[in-house]
Amino acid sequence: MSSLLVVDRIAKLYGLRPILRGVSFTVERGEFVAVLGANGAGKTTLLRMLATLSRPAAGSIFVDGIDATKQPERARARIGVVSHHSLVYVDLTAYENLAFHAEMHGMKGDAAAKVIEELLRRVNLWARANDFARTFSRGMIQRLTIARALLHDPPLLLLDEPYTGLDQSSAGALSALLREAAGGGRGIVMTTHEFGRGLDGVTRALVIRGGRVGSEIAGGVTPEALAEAVA
Amino acid sequence: MSFRDGWIRPVAALVRKDLLTELRTREVVTAMLVFAVMTLVMFNFALRLRAENFRVLAPGILWVTLVFAGTLGLNRSMSSEQLNQCIDGLLLAPCDRAVIFLGKAITNAAFTLLVAVVVLPVMGILFDEAMVRPGVWLVTLLGVIGYSGAGTLIATMAASTRAREVFLPILLFPLALPLLTAAVIATSGYVDAAPFAEFGSWVGVIVAFIVMFWTAGTLLFEPLVEG
Repeated sequence: MSSLLVVDRIAKLYGLRPILRGVSFTVERGEFVAVLGANGAGKTTLLRMLATLSRPAAGSIFVDGIDATKQPERARARIGVVSHHSLVYVDLTAYENLAFHAEMHGMKGDAAAKVIEELLRRVNLWARANDFARTFSRGMIQRLTIARALLHDPPLLLLDEPYTGLDQSSAGALSALLREAAGGGRGIVMTTHEFGRGLDGVTRALVIRGGRVGSEIAGGVTPEALAEAVA
Repeated sequence: MSFRDGWIRPVAALVRKDLLTELRTREVVTAMLVFAVMTLVMFNFALRLRAENFRVLAPGILWVTLVFAGTLGLNRSMSSEQLNQCIDGLLLAPCDRAVIFLGKAITNAAFTLLVAVVVLPVMGILFDEAMVRPGVWLVTLLGVIGYSGAGTLIATMAASTRAREVFLPILLFPLALPLLTAAVIATSGYVDAAPFAEFGSWVGVIVAFIVMFWTAGTLLFEPLVEG
C-alpha cells in the first residue's frame, strides 16, 4: 500500500523570493508528524500547498494515491484542515456551520445529520448545537473547527498551529481530541513553533530550515530534542 | 460526482447560507436599501430645481442608483468570507471552485434585485409612472444579473487587497460602462414605449455582457483565489 501523503520536491516562490526549495517527505497511515521551524520558515505555506489552497511552483503532492496538483477536488475529499483561523461563521449556530460544510462536501440528509450529532457530542458541543458561534469561547470554537475538519472522515488531517490562543485546559482538550483523531489509521501533519504543547502522540518531527527539511527526529519527540534540532 | 451533487447542491448551500446570514444580521440589504432610497430622494430634490422632464432623466438615475447600491453589497459579499478566513473553508470543499463564484454572484444579484423591487415603485412615484412598466422590470433583471457577475469577479480580485472598498469601484465602474449604457438606453426605450427594433440591440448587449462575465467568473475564480 502506498504512503498516505507523498510530498516530492515541492517549491514555492513569493515573487522572486523562494520560500520552499524542494521539500520532500512522506506520511504513513497512523503517523502524527510535526513540522517545525522558525517564524517565516514556510510551515504555513507548506501546509496550504498540502491542503490545495496554494499551488506549488514545482514538485508533486500525492494524497492517498491521488495527485493533488492534477486532481485537487478528489484530493480535498481526503483532507481535513484545522488552522489557527477558525473558518467558522459566527452568525450561524454550531449545527448550521457543520450542516453547511457537510452539504459542501456532498453529504446528505439523515446520514449527514447523524454524523453532525455524533461529532458535536464527541467535541462536547452537543448541548450548545443551536447556539451562535459568536457566543463561543476560543476553546469551543477550536473544538467546532475540529468537528468541521473531521466531518467527511478524511484520512489525512492537516493542522496549522492549532494551539494558538488556547488556554491550558482548552489545549488539553484539543490534545485529547487529536489523539483520538489519530487513531484508526488517520495520518496527521501539524505545524507548530511551540515545543511545549501538543507534542503528545507525535511520532516524527521535521524541521524546516532554509526552505528544505533540515533535520528529522523519529521517535522520542521531546521538547528538548526539538529545541536541539531547531537550534 | 453528478452535476446535481457537484454543482447545484453546493451552489444552493452557499446561497442558502448567505441568505440565512443576511436574514439574521440584515447588514447588507438594509444598507443598500437605505442608500438607494436616499440617493433617489437626493436626485429628486437636486434635479427638481431645473429639470422639466423627468422621463428623460429617470433611466439614468435608476442605473446610477442600482450600480452604487449594488457596490455596497459586492464589497460585503467577499469580505464577509475573510472574517475567520472562512473563504478557506469554502476552498477546501471537494467541488469545482467555480461553484463559489456562482453562489456569490447569485446572492449578490438577489440582494440587488431586492433593492430594485423597492427602487422602481419609488421612482414611479417620484419621477415617472412609466418606470414600473414590465419592460423596465425585464431590463432591470437582466442588468442586475450582468452587474452582479462582473461585480463578483472584481470583488474577488479586490478581496485580497487592503484597500478593497476603494479598489472595487475603481476597477468595476469602467468595466461596467457598456452595461450601464445599454441598460439606460434599453430602459429609456421601454419608458418611452418605443418600438423594440429601435433599442433591441442594446438588450442584446446586456445579454452578451451577462454571458461574458458569468463565463469569465466561472473560469477565472480559481486562479484568482489560489495563492
